Amino acid sequence: MDFSASFQNPELCRALLARLEREMEAWGRPARFMEVCGTHTVSIFQSGLRSLLPPGLTHLSGPGCPVCVTHEAEVALFLELAGRDKTLLATFGDLVRVPGPDGRSLKHAQADGARVQIVYSPLDAVRLAGEHPGDSVVFLGVGFETTAPAVAGAVLSARRRGVTNFCVLSCHKLVPPVLRVLLEKDQGRSRSIDAFLLPGHVAVVLGLEPFRFVAESHGRPAVVAGFEPADILSALCLMLEQLRTGRPAAVNAYGRAVDAGGSPAALAVLNQVFRVCDARWRGLGLIPDSGLTLRDEFASFNAVERLGLSLPDTAPIPGCRCGQVLSGSITPDQCPLFGKSCTPRNPTGPCMVSSEGSCAAWYRYQGANPAPAR
Amino acid sequence: MNRLLLDSGSGGRASQRLITDLFVRHLDNEILRRMDDGAVLDMRGPVVMSTDGYTVTPLFFPGGDIGSLAVHGTVNDVAVMGGRPRYLSCGFILEEGLELDVLERVVQSMAGAARRAGVAVVTGDTKVVPRGACDRLFITTTGVGELIAEPAPSGHAARPGDAVLLSGTVGDHGLTVMARREELSFISDVRSDSAPLNRLAERLITEVGDIHVLRDPTRGGLATTLNEIAEQSGLSCVVDEAAVPVRENVRAGCGVLGLDPLYLANEGKLICVLPREKADAALAVMRSEPVGMDAALVGEMVAGAPPRVTLRTRMGGQRLLSMLEGAPLPRIC
Repeated sequence: MDFSASFQNPELCRALLARLEREMEAWGRPARFMEVCGTHTVSIFQSGLRSLLPPGLTHLSGPGCPVCVTHEAEVALFLELAGRDKTLLATFGDLVRVPGPDGRSLKHAQADGARVQIVYSPLDAVRLAGEHPGDSVVFLGVGFETTAPAVAGAVLSARRRGVTNFCVLSCHKLVPPVLRVLLEKDQGRSRSIDAFLLPGHVAVVLGLEPFRFVAESHGRPAVVAGFEPADILSALCLMLEQLRTGRPAAVNAYGRAVDAGGSPAALAVLNQVFRVCDARWRGLGLIPDSGLTLRDEFASFNAVERLGLSLPDTAPIPGCRCGQVLSGSITPDQCPLFGKSCTPRNPTGPCMVSSEGSCAAWYRYQGANPAPAR
Repeated sequence: MNRLLLDSGSGGRASQRLITDLFVRHLDNEILRRMDDGAVLDMRGPVVMSTDGYTVTPLFFPGGDIGSLAVHGTVNDVAVMGGRPRYLSCGFILEEGLELDVLERVVQSMAGAARRAGVAVVTGDTKVVPRGACDRLFITTTGVGELIAEPAPSGHAARPGDAVLLSGTVGDHGLTVMARREELSFISDVRSDSAPLNRLAERLITEVGDIHVLRDPTRGGLATTLNEIAEQSGLSCVVDEAAVPVRENVRAGCGVLGLDPLYLANEGKLICVLPREKADAALAVMRSEPVGMDAALVGEMVAGAPPRVTLRTRMGGQRLLSMLEGAPLPRIC
């Protein structure tokens, strides 16, 4: 039997829901929780969990979708690269629809003749480079601590195999720094987030330690959770219980995948190839020490150095309130553009572009109108 | 290895050889054998006609190939319109340099699929285009059949309270082709469901009757087709997630790639919408056919504007099953 299926068991979920309702009653006030992982976003909508949450419990989606937080200047750079001769872009699939500042995406570039290849693993990009010795194969390195080790592994593999026409445009972002920024802004009595559902995938790599500050410095419950409905429900129960008892703590509720110390192997590869740098986040702006770039030793695999690239200046999108959605101060449907001028077909802001974006998931699973009645 | 030359599309002797030695030899029937410019068909009553183009990479995949797909797809389109498919035409666009044995395998497969579906390929056309002008081999087939359902099933005919039946598992074809195209070795044992549905459709029409809607959920999958039915009928559709059959390996593969099997293509599945009281009889007919073994009642049509498709999830929640903007794309993490 599929092990994960046991975490979808409807009876188990109903029991956990009942417990969540009791916790909510005991808490006796509204609560606003935030998850910072696209997989959580989708799971919460897809399982229908969202429609079952007790009244008063608001669940928000933070900056957890790697595609959404890719800055428009970075997308503009992808598009510029796509137009170059003898250049083959290798990318994960969901990036190809992300519009740049002028509304054009890699899909449009492809139609104009750009060579863009969807890959399922960064190693496929190294293989592509081997198959196209006359081209520069540029892998678009987008993602969090979860994808970065695999990209680092691909760089090491390219070096070992002497593949010299492969390089990475690293736009990787780090989760703890963005959480810190959100928390620093979200202080005082009118705070918008009461507790965090921490990303299970990222914690597999990082462990629990880098997330302790959420509870210790900012007093918010923080629970690492898996992605099945029962995982999420039991984490929500823990978060409420911590709120109610006034004992916020960072807790690992995803013990079957996450070790407290993370994955030393993944961290070693990541740190061998990458170093921390400042990064621009869509909707949130420049965040110090929140990104990854290749170490000098790997400069020949760094697209920025190799191809002489620099991020263009781009203007913020007028009217777009994605920054507020990502930081939890409004829900997607509270944005005046949502479902009107901003739709998955014609996205204005980053949260509408990827299937895991807060607005796109809201639109897709709940519609442009208020939620269907329970 | 013998490869196709541009000459074979010139209309001269080389073209003729290709047609007689390959197409006519395998697809052989009385009408085709006459080698006229077209076909004279003996048909009675209203005629159902449908056409479809087939491009798939790779050309061969577990459970089928572009040839069988080109027959099943068009046969199924005629069948779900309430037609009894009789004849097909086929147009081939071939890329210069195509291996002749590949072409032969495809034509053989078409011939076998046509035979099993009880249709004859009666006319066709072949063009050879320069290397790079197409991706190896494209096929267009047009099918005609006699209308056997009065009135013809249509998305507009769904009524509130109607049951929504599905003839089997979803997602098999879409995931199989994607896994083969992208050489995803971690997805194993998946197989396209490509199959003719005309026998099943005809039995539903003649043995059960009162079929309001028949559709084959191909590209865009179950979710997209149900949305089309909702839009056409102005009704909403409520689907029970737990009732929709999905093979375990398809579910697992989709989980890894972040894909939803309800949006993946099927090439051998039927959606049948009919009055609730006829659901059991229709399910019995479906389950008695190999292509309908896993048939299930998956939802119902309900009044309610605006038209939307709602999924009742396993844990008892609700969410929209909306139309996707484009093809499903695997996610980053």
